[in-house]
Amino acid sequence: MKLTSNLNLAGNAGLAFAKQYGIYIVLLILIIFFSIASENFLVGNNLLNVARQVSMLGITAVGFAFVLLLGGIDLSVGSLITLVNIFAASLMVNANWSPVLAVSAALLLSAGIGFSNGWIIANLKMPPIIVTLAMLIIIEGVAYLICDGLPIYGFPKSFAVIGQGYVGPIPIPVIIMAVIMALGSFILGKTFFGRYFYAVGGNEEAAKLSGIDVKRVKYLVYTLSGFFAGVAGIVILSRTNSGQVLSGKGFEFDVLTACVLGGVSVTGGVGKISNVLAGVLILGVLSNGLVLMDVSQFVQMVIKGSVLMIAVALDCLQNRKTV
Amino acid sequence: MFLQLQNITKTYPGVVALNNVSLDVLEGEVHALVGENGAGKSTLIKTCTGAITPDEGKIIIQGEEFTSLNPKLSEQKGIGVIYQEFNLVDELSVAENIFLGRAIRKGIVIDRKAMEHEAAKIFKQLEIDIDPSALVGRLTVGYQQLVEIAKAISQNAKLLIMDEPSAPLTQTEAQALYAVVEKLKAAGVTIVYISHRMDEIFRLSDRITVLRDGQKIETVNTADTDLDKLVKLMVGRELTETYPTRSHEISTEVLLRLENVSGQIVKNVSLDIKRGEVLGLAGLIGSGRTELAEILFGYKPRTSGEITLEGKLINPRLPKEAIAKGIALVPEDRKKLGALLERSIKDNTTISVLERISKFFTVDNKEERKIAEHYRDAIRIKTPNLEQKIKNLSGGNQQKVIIAKWLATHPTLVIFDEPTRGIDVGAKSEIYALVNELVASGKAVLMISSEMEEVIGMSDRVIVLHEGKVTGELARKDFSQEAIMSFASQN
Repeated sequence: MKLTSNLNLAGNAGLAFAKQYGIYIVLLILIIFFSIASENFLVGNNLLNVARQVSMLGITAVGFAFVLLLGGIDLSVGSLITLVNIFAASLMVNANWSPVLAVSAALLLSAGIGFSNGWIIANLKMPPIIVTLAMLIIIEGVAYLICDGLPIYGFPKSFAVIGQGYVGPIPIPVIIMAVIMALGSFILGKTFFGRYFYAVGGNEEAAKLSGIDVKRVKYLVYTLSGFFAGVAGIVILSRTNSGQVLSGKGFEFDVLTACVLGGVSVTGGVGKISNVLAGVLILGVLSNGLVLMDVSQFVQMVIKGSVLMIAVALDCLQNRKTV
Repeated sequence: MFLQLQNITKTYPGVVALNNVSLDVLEGEVHALVGENGAGKSTLIKTCTGAITPDEGKIIIQGEEFTSLNPKLSEQKGIGVIYQEFNLVDELSVAENIFLGRAIRKGIVIDRKAMEHEAAKIFKQLEIDIDPSALVGRLTVGYQQLVEIAKAISQNAKLLIMDEPSAPLTQTEAQALYAVVEKLKAAGVTIVYISHRMDEIFRLSDRITVLRDGQKIETVNTADTDLDKLVKLMVGRELTETYPTRSHEISTEVLLRLENVSGQIVKNVSLDIKRGEVLGLAGLIGSGRTELAEILFGYKPRTSGEITLEGKLINPRLPKEAIAKGIALVPEDRKKLGALLERSIKDNTTISVLERISKFFTVDNKEERKIAEHYRDAIRIKTPNLEQKIKNLSGGNQQKVIIAKWLATHPTLVIFDEPTRGIDVGAKSEIYALVNELVASGKAVLMISSEMEEVIGMSDRVIVLHEGKVTGELARKDFSQEAIMSFASQN
């Protein structure tokens, strides 16, 4: 009797440990695997490359994680990246705005679109998946309308710093990601509205009855999601030095996968930014490693889709157990 | 004898739902089942329909003995049930609903004509005027219920159990229902009829069985009893629990005033609550008690009327506004509406005051911990750790955390909706003591409860609702279970 209960305790502790750090263990295993499979993987330059590649993902994932925490979803982040990309490019090239002004206007636009998502979801009580899917199509269409589907280039030199510059050995996009992740972590852990995200996502009615203005929380979360996607759009624009209509295509899928891998529950109320970072890194390492191993793009699709499926399945299994 | 239940006992963890209950239902009779909420009526029905397995006892249907049933077997043996929630598909026609799952077919095609013909035959027999080809979703609740009845009849139900069938109906619809019940009886169908409405029980039934606290009290012939006797049988116990006494004076100052407040169920309710007073709100389930509390708290929409607190018009449109004015609501459904189950005791305690204890959007963690510790000690929440998730606590402790959350907001009026439901005796008396502390310190309490003893034991004054309207007000000296019950069932 005593023994079995002790065993149970050990089992529970093990489970708790796996829940907390399991995602980092998976990351470690992946890194070891690719280090053995490809000699080019574990090279300083390549690792920095991975970090820079995932920075857009990491930036967007913070806002996306907020939305998931709320029990919602924001499918529009990918095409929002595209729109911000094209919009800022067009302002700089066609309207001759300075980079600072163009970036500010584009970020304002992205936050505004995010707010619209939140407003529609909160007030018209429409399912987030439908609202943001419709928004995805609308803003992709607007992006095409602005540029006619053609790339826009020829920005002022100074603009390239955001995506291509370094501070010491560290790429600026990585620094932006770090700052935004730290901010996201601060919002969730320390601010009262961060607590509200968990409360609303965990039990919207109880949250409302506790005096939380649920609508305002939704406005805020979708606005932040739009804004961070906008930041990612600017970083991509600066890195590629040209506005492209395909810059954010399908990005929402990677962001969703990273968040769910990072333990953010698709049913809302549960998740931490520190684990989302791990999810982002796993996805980055996976993409990078598979490319280094010369795995075809189509096989990569199959693998990434399976990763999302497995991550969601684990999340749902865990939920079922606790209910 | 159609159905015999012998010595049925069913226990759930901590509760004896049915204690050695025996019941005989004669062939062709209308047998009424009455009792307060929680008396065991539902459990008894579930035994007959096979939804639950009794721990002990026998079920005998027309001489055939069973220790338990399952839903399929129960249906085969001729038992049909009309639940309060209908099992109808709005998008299908009346006939399709009646034959759902056993559609009449020609080869692989559904024979709609034949089904409509069969349905029409049943309606004709019961003298019901419904078009079998109409969509169920277009029918009123009353007609939908008749479709349910026709469905049961088409399955050759010989015993029909009706669980508060008139509760969702308007007066006219209820009259139509009574006519159908009488037709069914004339056609030889046996009926077990559950209801809180005394008038219809006297009108329809041949015999009445009274349940109380999971026990059968008595089966009486309807002709040999009257309302007074019946109500006594239903509630007739002495107060067994002691309620802590209060010694403070109730102020003459009106704290809260409702004037002609209406909502979905609630109609033109006016009342006031004084400082230092516990106002009991009694009434049956569905009488609008909870809705009234939720309107007052800004959670459910108010269609008309005015709400004044301390002489100022407040009319809250959101709980946030009500809370800011000093109102708190401890809801009936703790798990769904009260607790943030995945969050800690500390988080649950402070969720409603987070903005107050934040500087530059940042929560003051020290202050937060202080508040949580203060209320843990003040109302004795038993926990080793404030970081413990609230879902791991007992019902009584969960309720205390919800109360702590509200005390932290320093309310002037606290609404308790079924404050002690599912809570053990010890925690119950602690909650009663808390209510007393609140009113002694000049606050006011509005308490909704289905437990008669609690209403009588705790209130200074009781207001009774029936179908959304105030039907009676009783001062403490006039309290009796019979009086409340009769206002609540409006006879």
